[in-house]
Amino acid sequence: MQAALMIEARGLAKSFGPGLGVSGIDLQVPAGTIVSLLGPNGAGKTTIVRMLATLLRPDAGWARVAGHDVVAQGRAVRRRIGLTGQLASLDDCMTGRANLVMLGQLSRMSRRQARARAADLLTQFGLESAAGRAVRTYSGGMRRRLDLAASLVGGPAVLFLDEPTTGLDPDSRRALWEVVRRLAREGTTVLLTTQYLEEADQLAGHICVITGGRVAAEGTPGQLKAAAGPAKLIISLAPGADLARAAAVLARRAAGPLAAAPRPGYLEVPVVPCAGLVTSVIRDLDEAGVAVNDISLQLPTLEDAFRGLTGSAAAGLPSGDDAVSPEAAEARARAA
Amino acid sequence: MSGGTAGLGHPLAASPAAVAARGAGALAGARRRSQATAVADAAGTAGWAARDMAVLAKRTLCRMITTPEQVLNVTAQPIIIVLLFSYVFGGSITLPGHGSYREYLIGGIFAVTMCGTAQGTGIGLAIDISGGLIDRFRSLPMSRAAVLAGRTLADLALTIVAAAVTAGTGLLLGWRIHTGPADTIAALGLALLFAYAASWGGACVGMLARSAESAQTVGLLVILPLSLTSNAFISTARLTPWLRTVADWNPVSVLATACRQLLGNPDPSAAIRSWPMQHAVLASALWSAVLLAALVPLAVFLYARRVQR
Ligand SMILES: Nc1ncnc2c1ncn2[C@@H]1O[C@H](COP(=O)(O)OP(=O)(O)O)[C@@H](O)[C@H]1O
Ligand SMILES: [Mg+2]
Repeated sequence: MQAALMIEARGLAKSFGPGLGVSGIDLQVPAGTIVSLLGPNGAGKTTIVRMLATLLRPDAGWARVAGHDVVAQGRAVRRRIGLTGQLASLDDCMTGRANLVMLGQLSRMSRRQARARAADLLTQFGLESAAGRAVRTYSGGMRRRLDLAASLVGGPAVLFLDEPTTGLDPDSRRALWEVVRRLAREGTTVLLTTQYLEEADQLAGHICVITGGRVAAEGTPGQLKAAAGPAKLIISLAPGADLARAAAVLARRAAGPLAAAPRPGYLEVPVVPCAGLVTSVIRDLDEAGVAVNDISLQLPTLEDAFRGLTGSAAAGLPSGDDAVSPEAAEARARAA
Repeated sequence: MSGGTAGLGHPLAASPAAVAARGAGALAGARRRSQATAVADAAGTAGWAARDMAVLAKRTLCRMITTPEQVLNVTAQPIIIVLLFSYVFGGSITLPGHGSYREYLIGGIFAVTMCGTAQGTGIGLAIDISGGLIDRFRSLPMSRAAVLAGRTLADLALTIVAAAVTAGTGLLLGWRIHTGPADTIAALGLALLFAYAASWGGACVGMLARSAESAQTVGLLVILPLSLTSNAFISTARLTPWLRTVADWNPVSVLATACRQLLGNPDPSAAIRSWPMQHAVLASALWSAVLLAALVPLAVFLYARRVQR
């Protein structure tokens, strides 16, 4: 049996005027997994999260979170979710501890329970020493950590993280990733929005690429990379080498038509990476008498996928019998 | 959730069964919470709403204490107005009859100060909305009305401080209460009732405003004309008839007159033949009741609409 869906949406839509908003959003997030909504600014990520977190009423479609309808059973949904919005939603003037205690009390805990939970979270997030300070004195990373802690006060089964690392330095970002991974390991279902391909790649098992208020593509990070196109062999020929002859030799190894040379003296060959590929290409060229300066294999990145998908609306996922299998792409990504 | 829960969130396996079990209350914390919820449903949500309101009112008060600018704004303003009208304008303002202008003035400044509460409410709510804090509150299983009610309650507390400052300044300048404690308490009660009603008006402005700055501007644009077309600073006896009618029905005039009557201060309005001036105490209570009846639902409606955007 497949894991229960903690987030399920079908045809979800919200319009803010012609061309603004989101439409036809279908989502399925199994329990205990991390799914990422990946898209540029204004794509509609926040709008989707706000509808799922019962902050915004959809114009059309439906969504269920933790088994409850977001419109008809909003309060039941709110008992099971945590939300870290795009803005750090904390009271600047209050201390870190007071913020958490207040949110605990508002989550129907007694004062004592709320205090205990706050102390617990402050320890887990390494904020004990700053607990008594007003939040406005916190650094960006500390604020984000407290914000995340704040969304965990009620022990949510489903966690929404809207661009949780935007504006953070690399160290703080990695630390936050680690926390998110740990939460997912412990059974929390996470829906995370991000503009960073790397972040989606690092955290999510499944990515929905959002552009213009729609899901432009979805799949595992590997599948999306595969959609970015094949790997490329970049060959730099020695001065005076015969370009035409080199092209003829390489055509036999190419997985598709050779691209026009990006720079004079260079050749770009789409290939299916396999063991011994580079060696055999060099040997072929050597036998044909073409001198080579340098040769390198370039794997497709999620960045390529993103650019390809967001650039052309018609871009979709490759079918299973495509030249590059998703598994292979993923394995390469790991190895790289 | 007690401190006994180790790890982040809950150390449960990611199996569907575990997740389902969590919902069923497998964890002590979750069980406590769902029991509490059942009690809430049985006893009605009113109790929880009251507690949420108290928690948020406390938060707003903490915020006021840690940001003295806001308190200073509310307390310095009455002092400045009292001094300004006593020493700068007071000399060129004469009352019909023989009352002392300073004795007359304080009742008016009470009324104007009560209006000021609304501005604090509007600005505070606008800040909370733009900062994203309201979104967090709305993602919690708490009472949604408590966000507005908690804020207006805290603002009322601040208004009591402002009223005390106004009275203290007045006493220093020779203003006196000439009646007993019952009348004094009645005057304070009427003033605070009006402040509370005005505060909900401020909540409406806060919901409509794009930013804290625009909430402040709109607040000023309402409060200033309202104060200046009242009998707070001058007697309306010599105004042109249509303006006098406006001034006599103005809730600020009505409250100022009610305070003057209840505190035994000079009250030239007693000579004015208009219903609100003749029955100022009743009229002020009615004004506040009408404002509350209109503004509370309006603010709640605007809140629901605003957060849907
Ligand atoms: N309250 C609103 N009023 C009008 N337009 C909005 C509102 N919220 C979002 N939009 C528009 O909807 C689109 C999606 O916005 P958003 O969900 O915030 O995108 P993202 O989070 O991906 O950056 C944008 O074009 C934005 O301008
Ligand atoms: Mg966004």
